[in-house]
Parts: sequence; C-alpha cells; structure tokens
Amino acid sequence: MDLNYSPEEQAFRVEVRQWLSDTLPRDLSEKVRLGKRLTKEDSVLWHQLLNARGWLAPNWPKSHGGAEWNAVQRQIFEEEACLAHAPRVVPFGLSMLAPVLMAFGSEEQCQRFLPRILSGEDWWCQGYSEPGAGSDLAAVKTRAVRDGDSYVVNGQKTWTTLGQYANWIFCLVRTDPDVKKQEGISFLLIDMNTPGVTVRPIVLIDGGAEVNEVFFDNVRVPAENLVGDENKGWTYAKYLLTHERTNIAGVGFSTAALETLKDVAGKVQAGGKPLAQNPLFAARVAQVEIDLMAMATTNLRVVSAAAKGQAPGAESSMLKVKGTVIRQELTALLRRAVGPDAMAFQPDYLEGGDNVDMMGPEHAASAAPSYFNMRKLSIFGGSNEVQRTIITKAILGL
Amino acid sequence: MMDFNLTEERRMLQDTLRRFLSDTYDHERRNKVIASGAAYDTDTFQSLAELGVLGALFPEAQGGFGGTGFDLATVFEELGRAGTIEPVLTTLLAGGVVSDLAGDSQADLISSIIDGGTVVALAHSEPQSRYDLESVATVASSDGADVILSGTKAHVINGAQAQMLVITAREHGEQTDVEGISAFCVPIDAKGVTVVDHINVDGTSAATVVLDDVRVLSQARLGAAGAAYDVIELATARATLAVCAEALGAMESAKALTIDYLKERKQFGIAIGKFQALQHRMADMLIEVEQARSAVVNLAGHIDAPRNERERHVSAAKNLIGRVGAIVAEECIQMHGGIGMTNEYALSHFARRITMIDHQFGDVDHHLERFIALSVQ
Repeated sequence: MDLNYSPEEQAFRVEVRQWLSDTLPRDLSEKVRLGKRLTKEDSVLWHQLLNARGWLAPNWPKSHGGAEWNAVQRQIFEEEACLAHAPRVVPFGLSMLAPVLMAFGSEEQCQRFLPRILSGEDWWCQGYSEPGAGSDLAAVKTRAVRDGDSYVVNGQKTWTTLGQYANWIFCLVRTDPDVKKQEGISFLLIDMNTPGVTVRPIVLIDGGAEVNEVFFDNVRVPAENLVGDENKGWTYAKYLLTHERTNIAGVGFSTAALETLKDVAGKVQAGGKPLAQNPLFAARVAQVEIDLMAMATTNLRVVSAAAKGQAPGAESSMLKVKGTVIRQELTALLRRAVGPDAMAFQPDYLEGGDNVDMMGPEHAASAAPSYFNMRKLSIFGGSNEVQRTIITKAILGL
Repeated sequence: MMDFNLTEERRMLQDTLRRFLSDTYDHERRNKVIASGAAYDTDTFQSLAELGVLGALFPEAQGGFGGTGFDLATVFEELGRAGTIEPVLTTLLAGGVVSDLAGDSQADLISSIIDGGTVVALAHSEPQSRYDLESVATVASSDGADVILSGTKAHVINGAQAQMLVITAREHGEQTDVEGISAFCVPIDAKGVTVVDHINVDGTSAATVVLDDVRVLSQARLGAAGAAYDVIELATARATLAVCAEALGAMESAKALTIDYLKERKQFGIAIGKFQALQHRMADMLIEVEQARSAVVNLAGHIDAPRNERERHVSAAKNLIGRVGAIVAEECIQMHGGIGMTNEYALSHFARRITMIDHQFGDVDHHLERFIALSVQ
C-alpha cells in the first residue's frame, strides 16, 4: 500500500499542467470557470488541441492512436484539466462508441470510424433512451426492419445530448419484437444526414438546450452499419454503459468545484465577515471536502483494481452514486453561497455574450442554472436507483 | 508509486490474524469473559502477542517489526472484525508514548510491552478535558530529586489492568497550554494512586485514576520536562488511526451479518432482501463502508506526514468514520428488527463498539471543527 506518486507520475503531472497552461485558450477556460455554455466550436477546438498532443483518447490503445494511460495517469490528467477549467471532452464517440467498436465491431468499422472520431470529423451522439425506455432501457421500441441490404428504422430517441451538433448516432433498435426484450435489440450506426432523421431540441430547467429528441421516419440504414451480431445489441449496450461510468466519480470536477466554492465563500460577505468564516457554512463545506478526500481514494482503488484499460464492473455503480451526490452537494452549496444573487436569470451572459449588463457578480450568474443542470447527474447513465439495484444484485447478492 | 495492495508481509499478518480470531474468538466467548467479571481474556492477549500483533505496532528501532500506518490499519481492522476487547489499543497508545519519549532508557519496559508481559495505560484525559489533548490540570511539582503528582485522570483505557501507568501532568503554564506537560512512568501500586475500574458500554474497560500527592523520582519523567505534548498528539493520532480501522472491521462484520440476515429472514412469504426498500439502503451502506475504507487508507498513508497534514487527515478520517459508523450501526439494527437489539446476537457488540468509537479521541463534530481550523492554517 503506497499513496505516494512516483517521480514519473509527478513529472507527468508537471508536464500536463505546463501543457494546459501553454495550450488551453484563456477565453475558453474563463467560460468553463464561470459556468457559461460552450459552443460547438469551443468543443471542437479543445478536441483538436488534445488530439494534436496525442492526449485525446486516454483509454485507447496506442495502436489506434490512444494514449494508453493507466488509472493513475488518467486521474492526474482529469484533476489537472478540471483545475485548469478545461472543457469536458465530449465522450460519446471517444469513450462510449469506440470501446464497443474495438471489442465487437468489424475491422472495417474500426478503420472507418475510429480515425474520424479522433480527427473530430464525426460528432457522435447516443441513441439509447426513448420516451418509454428510461431506467428500463431494454424496453426500447425504435424498430429496425431488414430490407435487402438495409435496415428501415422508425421510432424516436430522446434526451440525446448534443445531438444538435452530431452527424452520427449510435442506436439501440428493436430487430425482433417477439422474444424476451433483451434478446431482440441490435446496435446500429446511423448517419444523421440520412433522409427521415429529425432533431428537435428540448429546453431544460436551466434554460439551456443540451438535449434533443431524435425522430426516425423510414430511415434507410446500410446493413454494414450493424455492430456485431443482430439481436446481440443488449450485450454491447451494457458493455458501453460500464465505460460510460468510467470517470463517473467526477473527482476532478468536484475538486475544481470545491476550489471555486471556497473562493466564492471567501469573497461573499455574510453578517459582516466572509461567508467562509460562518461556522455553519464552513461545516457544510468541510463535510463535503472530507467526503471528497475519501472519494478520490475510493475512485483510485476501484479503477486501479480493474484490469488494465478495462472499465470497472459493478463497482462503478458505487462511484456513480457517491460521486454524483458529492457533485450535486457542491453545486447546491455554491447556489446558497451567492445568496440573493442566485435569483437573476441571465441567459445572454450564460450563452457567452460580451458586453452584457450583469446583475450581481460574475461568479453568481451560473450558480442556480448549474445547480439545476446537475440534477441530471443522478438521473442519466442509469439513475442512482438503478445503480443501487445493480449493487444489490452484483455485489451484495440479494 | 500509487498502489492499493497490501505487501506480502502484511497480507500474511492479516491472514494469520483473521484465521486465528475466526477459529478461537467469537461473541459467545467474549460474552463469557465479560460475564465472568474479567476485563479481557488473558490467553487471547498472550496469543496475539505471540502472533506478533503487538510487535507489528512498533518500528524496528523500538524493538518491533512494523509500526507504519498500514501495519496499524491491518491489525486493527482484524481486531475490529472479530470484536476483541483485549488491551492492544492501550499497548499502542501508552507504549507509543513511552518509546517515543524515553527511547533506549526504557528499553526493558518497551520489550516487555511488546511481548505482552506488561500492560501499560496512558493516564492523560481528565474529567474536564473532553477531547482537548492540551487540557491538563493534573500538577507535577518538584521537590528536590522527587516529583509530586496530584490530580484526577479519566477514561484511562485498561487503567486497572495495567501494571504501569504513563501519567501526564503539568509542570508549568496554564491549564490549556501545549507547553509544560510531562509524562511519568508510575507503577500501578505506587503510594497515593487510586484506580477505580469500570466497564464501558462496548465491553472494554477503563478507569478513573486519582493521584493524591504521588511521589516519584524525577527519573520517572519520560523525556525533557514540559515537552511531552507533541508525542502525546502523535500517539493519539496513531491510536485514532487504530480505532478508525477497528471501526471499519466492525462495520464489515455488521454488514456481513445483515446481508446474511436479509437472505435468510422471510416475511410475507419471501426473503426480506427481495424488498427494494431494504436493498437500496443496503447498497448505500456498502458505498459508505467503502468510503470508510478509503478514509482509513488515507489516514494510514499520511500518519508519518508533517504534523499539520497528518492531523488534518486524522480529523477527516475520524469525522467520516463517525458519520458512517452511525449509519452502519443504526441501519444494521433497523434492518434486523428486534433481533438486532438482543445482547445474545453478535450485531449488538459491533453496533456498540462502532458507536462508542465516536466517543474516543474526538467525535464527528469535534473533528469537523478541527478539520476546518487545520485547513485554514
């Protein structure tokens, strides 16, 4: 047992920090720091900068152009990137679809799609949830019927994150309606420019529109876009979900959010002194900090126990629940910290507009929208209740 | 290099200790010892010493073969898992003060402590001190070549079972000064020492020690006059790590009993573990226990860090263990129902010990406040 970083790991941290300081554009990190919304161009720029350095795909093997980092390196990078207020890398192609293609896709599919994920030529989104299939994901109804060399797809996906920017979507579709629901699902790749695909944004509680509905009306998809075997999609879907939950602990995000919270609590005055000195508030912050200190170690324990390059199994459910509870608590504390300044809704400012007349200080503008936005954490990727059920079955054996 | 696996030696120690305790020690045996009026089982304590459990608590330079944070964590997690009440904690705490302050000048005593021949107890806490280590009202006044000790010590772990007391007293300064505190080695039968034994809620034993003009030679003083505080704080940090690990082991046992019970107990025609209301609470408990394990790992990994960093981790870990401990103790009892409250069932012991650990070396609130103070320094 050793909690110390090796000289190599410390050198790696210095290298990452220096690179971030040299490369991450200041206006971009300011947007992230202040909780403003990123444009497609912002995300693409960050994607390209990381790719140019070879750091875009930490989990991928080097043979496919990945960094092939171990758990500790990934953790170091995540911490440093979050503390530098780097944008989140859009994960749908890189850390969700790519592992599935490498494990179950054909050689042709890997050669066709993986380089375009790295280059940013393709923007992928995830076609999993449907109006009638949320936590019960295996209930998907979107129908794909084989017709010669194509599938004809009809149905609807929802909660499609950043689908408005995507040109490809990976979908769970029903190819056999007459068997047990898990056994009639296939994993299909669909070009969103195909006739019959419609994307409609959903405005959320924070005023933003990061998710969408995607409709399929007699969409013809070449059969070569089927991943693996027909009707085996549920296996691939579950494999993807364990990868979706890597990094789900969000330790880097929470570390940066805690730093921001302390910074704000030091500036805000309450009862004639900084809020940070209010014993009740300080106690709330300290408790979540203590939880985060333990969480960072829980995360490393779980991730380093998983086989090299593999996602952890049911233990990732544990990380998801606790990690999201901590992240949500931090956003709730920031919302409270800014006091009445949390109330003003300033969409022009959040959308990145310059020369906006601000109400209240800059650090307050995104506090309430971020708090509301982060309610998603305990809902997506398998709600926290679904995670508890996974723990119950897979770890506790009940 | 970051590594979360136990070394080969520690895994062997863990295996040996776990096997020995699961073969020889259980709730019934502990209850018999307590019912007989004994504070602990002397055979078990001797066997633990022979297995090297006490030696694992001290570094080689002090005559042991361990002493790192992960040695302490490994030993005490197993003791907690079995629910022992033998005087290992006092050996770590009082033995640590003796060896850190006196070193070679007490080599015989230290080697007798490590082989289990002498039980030592640290008489430091006082009726007014609560969890504040610097609060010492007991007075040490010099009289020629002698020192005279007067005052009252409270919550002295295994005070009545010890052959040797390590008594702290103030040589100068105000009652809450860090400077001015010394430690003295005093045999239990010294004139003027009155020891009142009592049993704790969790089955461990402690004593109140009244010092009525106890006259000792100044050679009984361990280390320099008035300079014992740093060592007391360090020994307390190590003992806090020990009880955090002990609580973790006890939580693992309580959790395992509850999982078994949820599988066996049937109501409304099915195992109660099939009810989602209980499943999700059990899942949350598992997550919390893993957080507790991480807190123990963090503290074990920082127990030799510079003072401020070490103490910040002490308070973080003790706060988290206290919070998780309350969840585990209360939830395990609740999910068992009435059976969880019976003295005859082992859960009662684990729940009591986990809960009382929050009262030892500072509780949840004490350490939260302390963590905040240490974080701004």
